[in-house]
Amino acid sequence: MSFLSNLINGLSLGSIYAIIALGYTMVYGIAKMLNFAHGDVIMVGGYVVFNLMTGQGMNPLLSVIAAIIVCTVLGVVIEKIAYKPLRGANSLAVLITAIGVSYFLQNAALLLFGSDVKAFVSVFNVKPFRLAGGALTITGVTVITVISCIVIMIGLMLFIKKTKSGQAMLAVSEDRAAAELMGVNVNQTISLTFAIGSGLAAIAGVLLCSAYPTLSPYTGAMPGIKAFTAAVFGGIGSIPGAFIGGILLGVIEIMGKTYISSQLADVIVFGVLIVVLLVKPTGILGQPIREKV
Amino acid sequence: MAMLEVKDLQVFYGMIQAIKGISFEVNQGEIIALIGSNGAGKTTTLQTITGILEAKAGKITFEGNDITNMPGHKIVKMGMAHVPEGRRVFANLTVYENLKMGAFTRKDKGEIARNFERVYKSFPRLEERKNQPAGTLSGGEQQMLAMGRALMSNPRILLMDEPSMGLSPIFVDEIFKIIEEVSSEGTTVLLVEQNAKKALSIADRAYVLETGNIALSGDAKELISNEQIRKAYLGE
Ligand SMILES: Nc1ncnc2c1ncn2[C@@H]1O[C@H](COP(=O)(O)OP(=O)(O)OP(=O)(O)O)[C@@H](O)[C@H]1O
Ligand SMILES: [Mg+2]
Repeated sequence: MSFLSNLINGLSLGSIYAIIALGYTMVYGIAKMLNFAHGDVIMVGGYVVFNLMTGQGMNPLLSVIAAIIVCTVLGVVIEKIAYKPLRGANSLAVLITAIGVSYFLQNAALLLFGSDVKAFVSVFNVKPFRLAGGALTITGVTVITVISCIVIMIGLMLFIKKTKSGQAMLAVSEDRAAAELMGVNVNQTISLTFAIGSGLAAIAGVLLCSAYPTLSPYTGAMPGIKAFTAAVFGGIGSIPGAFIGGILLGVIEIMGKTYISSQLADVIVFGVLIVVLLVKPTGILGQPIREKV
Repeated sequence: MAMLEVKDLQVFYGMIQAIKGISFEVNQGEIIALIGSNGAGKTTTLQTITGILEAKAGKITFEGNDITNMPGHKIVKMGMAHVPEGRRVFANLTVYENLKMGAFTRKDKGEIARNFERVYKSFPRLEERKNQPAGTLSGGEQQMLAMGRALMSNPRILLMDEPSMGLSPIFVDEIFKIIEEVSSEGTTVLLVEQNAKKALSIADRAYVLETGNIALSGDAKELISNEQIRKAYLGE
């Protein structure tokens, strides 16, 4: 039973990684950049909920909605101010800018909210599920996290397959100039991608802080890097890849922590990543990069 | 007034000037050929007209509207379509999805359905392969898809950049037959070609581009018998 319970914890952590990784992978696929500030948007989402719900006593659901709105706007603004002027600049300049934005967000949070670690109160008030006559307990947060991830994943796939904006995203990710020639507003499509990715980051932030109830300006950094790893693991640019990569990473991390060594868990995670990339450099579902003629 | 007017156009890549002040016009209903050797500036000219590249100086007018340096997606909406050099189909999308992208600016469902019908009639191969990813099509089929995709926006003017490039003679003939068909249905055509002989055989008028300048222009029938042209571009 403890194996099953560890597996479920792994799925839950993996679901959070997957939701963050979706944002990473979409931005990479469409804007062709690594948005290293993505993890810190999670932290912003956490603080919005903490301040509204714990600080102001606002209804949890409304607080979460507020966090999604704040993060969505933040993502769009970051793209407009920091990344859009660099469109067409070399990718190293964009990467350094993204790292700068990440530090900016962390330091702004430090200034606004202080460096002390806040005790985050879970937004979900769901009773744990007791299965197998009480031998297996699954917390409410776990169930909600896994379900959210699946719903987000399916929703995103449908959005991309079925809507005009979704098809425009695919077109821009394949060939920006050709998409423009079809009448796609490329700048607007990139904005939309940042909006969706950052909105998802807010949800990930709420789930993360509810499952691991602490909050500091650095809360988003490590999950951000893990989720980036998950995106690479699954094949960066691929949406199902981000999902699979996230889940696998979460499961490997929890299993490694439990059965091998809690100190070596991260070493194991990155070790597996390296092995996967050696065998398949584009990640599990990644496609080889097509040479442009 | 000409349908498309390019006046004193200059385009740069960084410090290098690729287009050195060219002027030409395309009238409603014409097929105009823009010919010239490698690196003459043909692609640069088309890309500047459709807003992919920026004009440093000069003016581009389409149906009386100034479209100089207008974003590409707005120009498409005005009724101009561009079949880019090297086809540039969306390899991971199916043939059907590619064509649908071509109609991105069209809102009217009935019009889109009619455009599908028209494209499938001109290119039956595309209908047979509509659920196949575009990346798996042959080069000739991809060229057909690129043309079909451009036609899905129901353009009043169609810009084509070397549609015959890399195709076998049979495919080249088929592509040129369709260009004439499209033209006879009322679409104005600006055709960039290295295959000067083919291009001149279907064009009304032509411009010859040489290192960023227009070296010659005139009636296609006259240019085809021009001694200079025969030597430089028809390989005779
Ligand atoms: N991205 C670029 N950066 C710098 N110079 C460029 C770029 N693209 C084209 N050029 C230069 O501009 C000039 C015109 O190029 P262009 O592609 O317009 O020629 P073209 O007539 O279409 O040639 P081709 O028949 O080979 O397609 C060439 O000298 C080319 O080297
Ligand atoms: Mg060219």
